[in-house]
Formats: sequence, structure tokens, C-alpha cells
Amino acid sequence: MKANRKFTLDIWGIITLGVISVYLLFLLYPMAHLLLQAVYDPQTRQLSMANFIKFFSKSYYLNTLLNSFKVSLMTTFLSILLGTPLAYLFSAYRIRGKSVLNVLIVIASMSAPFIGAYSWILLLGRSGVITVFFRKLGINLPDIYGFGGIVLVMSLQLFPLVFLYVRGALANIDNSLLEAANNLGCSGLKCFFKIVVPLIMPTLLAAGLLVFMRAFADFGTPMLIGEGYRTFPVVLYTEFVNEVKGNDGFAAAIAVLAIIITTIVFLVQKYIANKHSFEISALHPMVEKEPKKTWKVFLHFYSYLIVAIAILPQVYVTYTSFKNTSGKIFVPGYSLRSYETAFAKLGASIQNTIIIPLLALVMVVLLAVLIAYLAVRRRNALTNTVDLLSMIPYIVPGTVLGIALLTSFNQRPIMLSGTMLIMVIALVIRRLPYTIRSSVAILLQIPLSIEEAAISLGASKLKTFFQVTVPMMAAGIISGAILSWITMISELSTAIILYTGRTKTLTVAVFTEVLRGNYGVAAALSSILTVLTVLSLLAFNKINKGREISL
Amino acid sequence: MSKILIRHAVKKYGDHTVIPDLSLEIKDGELFTLLGPSGCGKTTLLRMIAGFNSIEGGDIYFNDMRINDLDPSKRNIGMVFQNYAIFPHMTVYDNVAFGLKNRKLEPERVQALTKHYLELMQISEYAARMPNQLSGGQQQRIALARALVISPDVLLMDEPLSNLDAKLRLEMRSVIRRIQKELGITTVYVTHDQEEAMAISDTIAVMKEGVIQQVGTAKEIYQRPKNLFVASFIGRTNILPARVEQNALLFPGGYRVELEQRLPVENQKVQCSVRPEEFVICQHGEEGIFGVVREYAYLGPNTHYTVETMDGITVEIIEESSLEDELQPGQKVLLQVKKGKINIFDQTGCRNLVRSEAHES
Repeated sequence: MKANRKFTLDIWGIITLGVISVYLLFLLYPMAHLLLQAVYDPQTRQLSMANFIKFFSKSYYLNTLLNSFKVSLMTTFLSILLGTPLAYLFSAYRIRGKSVLNVLIVIASMSAPFIGAYSWILLLGRSGVITVFFRKLGINLPDIYGFGGIVLVMSLQLFPLVFLYVRGALANIDNSLLEAANNLGCSGLKCFFKIVVPLIMPTLLAAGLLVFMRAFADFGTPMLIGEGYRTFPVVLYTEFVNEVKGNDGFAAAIAVLAIIITTIVFLVQKYIANKHSFEISALHPMVEKEPKKTWKVFLHFYSYLIVAIAILPQVYVTYTSFKNTSGKIFVPGYSLRSYETAFAKLGASIQNTIIIPLLALVMVVLLAVLIAYLAVRRRNALTNTVDLLSMIPYIVPGTVLGIALLTSFNQRPIMLSGTMLIMVIALVIRRLPYTIRSSVAILLQIPLSIEEAAISLGASKLKTFFQVTVPMMAAGIISGAILSWITMISELSTAIILYTGRTKTLTVAVFTEVLRGNYGVAAALSSILTVLTVLSLLAFNKINKGREISL
Repeated sequence: MSKILIRHAVKKYGDHTVIPDLSLEIKDGELFTLLGPSGCGKTTLLRMIAGFNSIEGGDIYFNDMRINDLDPSKRNIGMVFQNYAIFPHMTVYDNVAFGLKNRKLEPERVQALTKHYLELMQISEYAARMPNQLSGGQQQRIALARALVISPDVLLMDEPLSNLDAKLRLEMRSVIRRIQKELGITTVYVTHDQEEAMAISDTIAVMKEGVIQQVGTAKEIYQRPKNLFVASFIGRTNILPARVEQNALLFPGGYRVELEQRLPVENQKVQCSVRPEEFVICQHGEEGIFGVVREYAYLGPNTHYTVETMDGITVEIIEESSLEDELQPGQKVLLQVKKGKINIFDQTGCRNLVRSEAHES
């Protein structure tokens, strides 16, 4: 990185100020507004801690935060436990059908989390297919609802993220490190725990944080499968949308507490990660070995089984979408009736699912590239501020951001509630940190001298950026954009707060249909969502030609 | 301590044979260098000895023990990798102690040995540091200490100096040489840098396309290369066509050199290898190859000349610099050769007619 410079009001200075004002308006102001709501009593027009006192005086509320914390921690732990060994086996051994398995894992990681929850209810719920099957055999399976179910669904949903992260990290371990360990008398499992795990520790920590944040903020899964076991996003949502005695101030207080928790987790993770930070890069990556006989059988069985379980919810949902229905009930036989109903009732939500993320994507890419450029090439106090601001959404759960935006922009002069714009803004703010990070990584690989060459040949700063820098970043940006797009179309927790009848997206539609018990339509809609995801992934692979996915 | 015996070793990748049939004996305690251009199979052979590459045929012995199927972790080998392969998540001390801990030594012994080798490699002061804070030379020292601390039977080094800058390379070269002699450990050293090989080795094996071309001391290989490839790979040389007639060398322009040694051929075309310092430039006289000076470069102790002979062959010549003015481009000269030093190869370049063994075949 370049040394800090002074701020100058050239074209990049103006862009810096522009970006800061966007953040001020759409991130800082809503967050400040949220904080104010939490500590402001509209009746007495004074500051009051009443909301926080209410929260801490009732164990019910405090428990929801504890529950969320427990669920997220357990999910993080299990995801790492599932994802890491699988990734290692995939990198170390030749496994038949590996590329197909890889794609399936990616698809599993890209689906909307609550679809998994809904599908597991269909499979393992009270009248689920598997439950009924075993009940006929006289075996009663344990209850899937509550803590166990949430952790099961979330872990199966999120371990693919760990898998993909770890695969990337393993590709950076130079084979000579493993050979050196081997040479010094350390091999097999011992080598895995003493060498491989410590080497990928920075990645495990990063993946762990990501999984924790996702699990902590997940709204749909605990809502569907949690039943009595309430987590904070569910309570936040119900407090906020409760029209009878809805209490914005109290919801705001819960949101503030949630942010405090995520901030602490974020800082603790950073503290630990700093202690484990080192750079590795591989000249000669690990070589895949041909496994020995019995080990080979076990290896294949194990990887196929895990991938099968991970992909099972989506397969089953897609299957049920073709079942014959009569009203809300599935009847024997197969038909396309669910799809007919879905298109007739909710055609607009499919349009919305394309238009809203697409608009958001354009904004995200533009802003991310500009901010990445500022952060890498124009470091000064102001761009450092931009860098810092852009990280805030990382620790703000989606539901919280949704509420903050909605309560801040539901009155004049800026009246955005109910519009498509507010949903676009929410997606942009939430997705920016990830896209910025990948853009920074791409930019760091482009030598500064290339831009200097363009400027010395008479190109202006902006022209240099758009004609030299951006084209060099293009491939990386596009593949990053596709991944952003996939996460955007399966987004629920912000949309569920911000949507109105006109701006309903597919995920919201699936969710509301599930709540209403329209399982056939929900299945049809989520199958459409899956098809969109798979098509996007195919496009990604086409552009990325063989390179691995990095999130 | 071990000697290493390799008998008819074969290495294949699928259908592609990298090493067809290689036999070699490495003496106990010597520093043996595998030297060759990239892709010649030298690293492949080293990794076969280490156990990281499978062996498709033949045998490798350490003393009398066949090690073909022994796991790398059981061979008691110290290995220094090209990129050092220092564990980035461990301190310098832990890196060096790693192999000892795996051997289940008592903690006191681990500590004493680790300290000893840290001191030997002069890196004690960095013991508590993380490796990424250290320079390339220091990392190299860690790698050496880590490989040596386990008292290996054999030390293997895969281009250990190629990632260092020129000055450090010279320094580490003498460090490696000193430590190797002090410990008397059998060492196999891989490099593509012939000067490095000559400076460091007891014995050098020159390899090309998986076949050993010549094994010998630096001096033997430089002065009496077995074939044209070795002659031109080790140091620089000029190749001139000539004829052998009545035990004299006859160059195309009529320059005749009476040879003191009997050659095993008569009345045959040969290829003559004359190193730059084996020419003598004469400005006057009649004996010699006619040529014209094209360029010169004054390099302090020596002056390099590029001369084009009458037949259009460009030759390089190195002369000790003199007080007089250098020969200017365009100057006509006569080139004579130092006949005791030059090498004469048969037409194919496979056989050195000056070497005594040439008479036997």
C-alpha cells in the first residue's frame, strides 16, 4: 500500500466526498436514528433507558439474545467440523465425480437458508416423510423443532461456505511444507493437525466469523423451525411488525443490543486473527493422491453422503413442486399445477427478483470499484474513513438494517418506505463490504506502474481508471458480481421488513406462502429460485473458466 | 552417515520416461552435486532419494539398506527445499525443534540440540521470532538448522540458493560448505548454476535428459569434459571444426597443430573445443587461424574479445588485460590455441578423443 497522502480535491477527492455522503445518508443516519429511537421516549420527549430496562428485566428477551448466541456459536463450530475435513479430503485425494460434487456443494451454499428449513420440516418434521416412514417401523425420531433443528439446518446450510474458504486456503499451501513435515517424521493425521490446520487457521477464523454472522442474522430458519425457541431476529421482527402494540423504540433497543454483540464478536475475531496472521502462497500446490483400498471406499462414501445431505433439501423441494395439489393439500400424482398457480398469483415477484437485485448490482459494482480504488491507490485520512464505513454493514444484521432504513425514511423530506428504491439501497449497503473486499484483492495485483504509464502518456486520471484499470479488473469484477447477484436474489431478512405488495420478491413470496401453508406454490417458487441460481452459477463458471469460487 | 547407491533407477510419469536407467554411487561424507539444465531430471532424482517420488524400476540403497519402499518420514533424511518450506505458523525455534519432537526425544534433549543448531547456524537471537519477519538468508539458515538437527544420514538440498540475491548466495554457499565439512554428512545438492556447483562440490554429476553425462571433480569436468554437451554446459567454449591428420590438428585455414598425445583416430573430421582462455592472439606471424576483431570489452583483470574467423565463425577470447591499448575492431589477428588444454571430440560430439579412456574403446 502507498503511504498516506494528503487529501486533494481532484476528481478522486470529489468521488471520495460523494461516497462518504452516500454512506452518511443511507448508513450512518439510519443507524443513528435507530440508536436515538432506542433511547428516546416520544411521550416525555426525553432521553430514557426504559427500553433497555424492559429488555433486561424480562428474561424472555435476554434469552432470545442468548439463544441466538448459542445457536450461532454451535452452528459455527459444526460448520467448521463438517467443512474442513471434507475440503481437505477433496484437496488431498483423487475422488471420483469430484467436480460434480463441488458444483453441488456450491449450489447448496447458495440457496436461501429458510428453504432448507422448510424442506427439512417436510422431511423430518412432525408429519415429514422420513419421520412417518420411521414411525411406521416403530421408531420415533427426535424432534427437529427448536435448538437442534435450527442448528442442524444452519450447519448444513453454512458448512459449504467453510468448505469453499478452506479449499481456497489449501490451494495456497505449498506442497513442500507438507513434504518437509513428512521428511521430519510427521505424517497422516498428525500432519493434518500440526501443520495443515494451523496453516489454514486465518481462513478458518475468517470463515468462522462469516458463518457466525450469517447464523446470527438468519431470520427465516428460526422463524420456521424454531417454534418455542426464539432467537433475536424473530423477536425483533415480531416486535417491529406487531401492528397492535408494535413498539419501534423497543425493537430499536433490541437491534442496538444485537449490534453490540456482533461488534464484540467481530473485534474478538479480529484480535485472534491478528495473532494468527501470516501470508502463505503456493509455488507447487498440494498434489492429489490416489487413496488406498479400504480408505478409498470410506472416502467416497463419506464425501457422497455429506454432499447428498447438503443438497437433499433443494432436491426434495423441487420434487414436491411437481406433485399434484388440490388447494393447499398435496394429492397423489404429479402435475404442473403448483407452477400455474405460482405464475398466476405471483408473476410480479419473479420480475422483482430480477429487477431489484439487478439495479442493486449495478450500484454495488460501481461503488465497490470506486471505493476499492480509493482504498488502495489514494490512501488518506478520508479514504480510510470510507474504508471503515464500508465495513459497518458486516456487523449489522439484515433485519436491523431493514428496520433502520424503514424508520428513517418513512417521513418527509425523504419518503422511501414502500418503494423499490429502498430495497435496492438495502441490498447495496449490505452487499458492498464483500464486493469491496474482492475488488481490493484484484486491484492489489495490478501494478501501479501500469497506471503511471497511462498518465505519462497523457491520459487523465479518470480516463486512466476507466480505460486501463477497470478493464484489467473486469474478469474479477464480473465473477464477483455474479456471486453478489446470487446472494441478493436469495436475500430474505431485509426484504421481509421492507417489502410491500408491489415490491415482493421471490424469497419473500416463498416465505409467506410457506407460512400460509401453500407448500405446493412455495415449492414451485423456490424451484424457480434454484433454477435462477444454477443458471447464474453456470454463467460464473463460463466467465471464470476453471478458477475456483471465492466468496 | 551413509553412502548412497543407485542402481538402474527408472522414473516414469505415465508413458513419459524422465529417467531411463541411472546408476550412481555417492560416497560417505561427500558433497555430491547433480548439475544440469532445467528439466534434466536432477530434482526428480533427488525426490526419488527423498521418497517423494515413486521409483518405477531399479533400487536405491543407503549403505546396505534398500529404501525404495520406505516412507519418507522413516528414511532419516534432512531436506532443504528450494523455497525453504519454513512453517509460517511456528517460531524459528519451533521450526527447528519440529523434527526432534516427532522423534519423541526427551524435552531437555530437544532443547539442547535445538539450541546447539541455532547457534551453529548463528540464528539464536531470532529463536522467538516468526519466520516471516526474517530475511531470505536467515530463512535459509533456519531450513538448514531444521534439516540438520535430526542428525540425518543424508542431507538433500534442492536448489537452496536460487531464491537469494547474488551477495547472500556467495555467503550461504560458504556456510553450507563449512557446515557440511564440519559434520561430515553425505549431501546431495541440486543446482543448475555451474559456478555454484564447482565452488561447493566434492563430486559433480552433469545430467541431461535423465542421463548422467559425466561424474567427476570440478577440475576433471572443466578440463576434460567427456562430451561436447558437458564441454559447452560447464563454462564457455568455442567449437571449431578441424581434421586430424598424422596426429596433428588441421584447421580449415591451414593452421596446423602438432599434438603431443596420440589420438585414437586418423584422417577424420573432428570438433575442437577451445575455451576463451585457451586462445592466444597474435598480431604478427604466419601460424594461426586468421580472424578480424569485432568487439572488445575491458573488464579489469581480463579483456574479452569477439573475433570472427576467416570461415565466418565468431569466437570468444579472454586475455589478461595488458598495459597497452586494446585491439580495436577491424584489427586483423592470428589465433593460436594452447594445445595441451584444448579438447578434441569426434564428429558426433559424444566422445572426447583426448581423454585416456577414449583409447580403450
